[in-house]
Amino acid sequence: MTFTTLLSGRSAKAPEAPATDVALDLRNVQKTYDTPGRPEVEAIRNLDFRINRGELVCVVGPSGAGKTTLLRSIAGLLDLTAGEVVLDGTPVTGPPDGMAVVFQEYGRSLFPWMTVRQNVELPLKEKGVPKAERKAKAERALAEVSLTEAADQHPWQLSGGMQQRVAIARAVAYEPTVLLMDEPFAAVDAQTRAELEDLVRSLWKHLGVTVLFVTHDIDEAVYLGERVVVLSNRPTVLMEDVSVDLPAERDQLTTRSDPRFGELRGHVYSLIQKAKAGHRPDEDQEA
Amino acid sequence: MTRYLKSAGYTLGLPVILLTGWWFASAGSTNPFWPPLSTILEAFPTTWTMDRIVGDILPSLARLGIGFGIAVVLGLVLGTAIGLSPSLRALSEPVLEFFRAVPPPVLVPIIALFAGYTGWLGKIVTIALGCLWPILLNTVEGVRGLEPTLTDTAKSYRLSPWRRLVFVILPGASPRIFTGARQSLSIGVILMVISELFGANRGLGAAIVQFQRSFAIPQMWTGVIVLGLIGVLLATLFKLVENRMLAWYVGQRQIERGA
Repeated sequence: MTFTTLLSGRSAKAPEAPATDVALDLRNVQKTYDTPGRPEVEAIRNLDFRINRGELVCVVGPSGAGKTTLLRSIAGLLDLTAGEVVLDGTPVTGPPDGMAVVFQEYGRSLFPWMTVRQNVELPLKEKGVPKAERKAKAERALAEVSLTEAADQHPWQLSGGMQQRVAIARAVAYEPTVLLMDEPFAAVDAQTRAELEDLVRSLWKHLGVTVLFVTHDIDEAVYLGERVVVLSNRPTVLMEDVSVDLPAERDQLTTRSDPRFGELRGHVYSLIQKAKAGHRPDEDQEA
Repeated sequence: MTRYLKSAGYTLGLPVILLTGWWFASAGSTNPFWPPLSTILEAFPTTWTMDRIVGDILPSLARLGIGFGIAVVLGLVLGTAIGLSPSLRALSEPVLEFFRAVPPPVLVPIIALFAGYTGWLGKIVTIALGCLWPILLNTVEGVRGLEPTLTDTAKSYRLSPWRRLVFVILPGASPRIFTGARQSLSIGVILMVISELFGANRGLGAAIVQFQRSFAIPQMWTGVIVLGLIGVLLATLFKLVENRMLAWYVGQRQIERGA
């Protein structure tokens, strides 16, 4: 089908595209929850930043900073109050083509009535990928996350970390241009988390996919990201867009003991502390 | 092997005790309405001949099957629609509550007025209407109670409404749907009998009433036993289907409970 050739053509081309090519563009995004009979809640006051093609950007913020609201808005699962999210030059009005989301609650984002393989193949079926190709893509994606053996098991038969790897495999097999991850490792233990972080780095590097990774963990954000977008408390604005100038080759031991890692971590940490204390860049300008 | 013996022991233990108790308690009975179990069992083969099985039991079961089938299809279709649409739900809720509160046997004389006492139609309508509510209401709840993250996942992968229905919504609601269907089935068996009590001349319920009216008391008792056996058989069949379709649900729950 032309649809699939188009798609594979795009994903093959993506890494060669110029670095200035914008994959995801947030233009003055605002979100106010206006439920009838309840007080209005201004969740996001104004966010305006862009993510270049092939970049891995982490978003951190104090708890209640509207991280999930932001991610759901980008994913097209939530209507914006004002502003727009533009993916590949097209404004997002609903869940866009070419975007995959990995949710925090892995146990609830996998379909328990399907096997691991069926979970990975379902979105491909929707795309109209022919059966043989679908099978091959699923196999490949499961191999990427080292879960080939678990293909015929059901998600609930696997450990938490493995389940989240299934969700990642499903997203990878979909071949998205932008991969959104919403605190994907918040619910797994520390060792598994370190493994999964390295998995995300390596997948990002050899698939050339653009990743937006939302987390509340400062270390994780600095370790994974090329950039860390720090959010203020609610109503959310941008605190700072921190560029992470660590070497591209990262590993849990050397990177985390790198003095520069410590500095960046400290910097992001103090930003978060300031955000928690109610410090807001938009109010500074007024003062 | 021992495992099978043990489970057979658990399944058959209580029935054997009850039957033995019945056997001895009724052994010397001279009360015509309460004949000894031995007399009842003697009457069994002469009562439930091939002719009766084909003429009474099978038509009753066929009506039950058709009525239950209609209820399942209608319940799934309406329940899914109502579960997915808040406005449809607001619109239909008072009506649903009203119909749910009406005991299904009350409908029998009313339906008989319109669809006739003797034909199949009135009986099937009675069974279908009685079976509809548990399935319908449970489907609504099952569809509404779907895990929001699953819905989000289905949306973000842009699953078409049809795929969402078949691969996400219905399987997700299936534990509740089965709960409803099980309730419906037992209501269906009751209505199968009740629908035959008025003016029908063939069918399991009609046969039992005729035995009673002609003072064929041991035969009447055999009818009650046949009904009970049919109930057990249907429940077993239902369980088999349920175990197959909900294997994932049972497995998941066992693991969540930390087994």
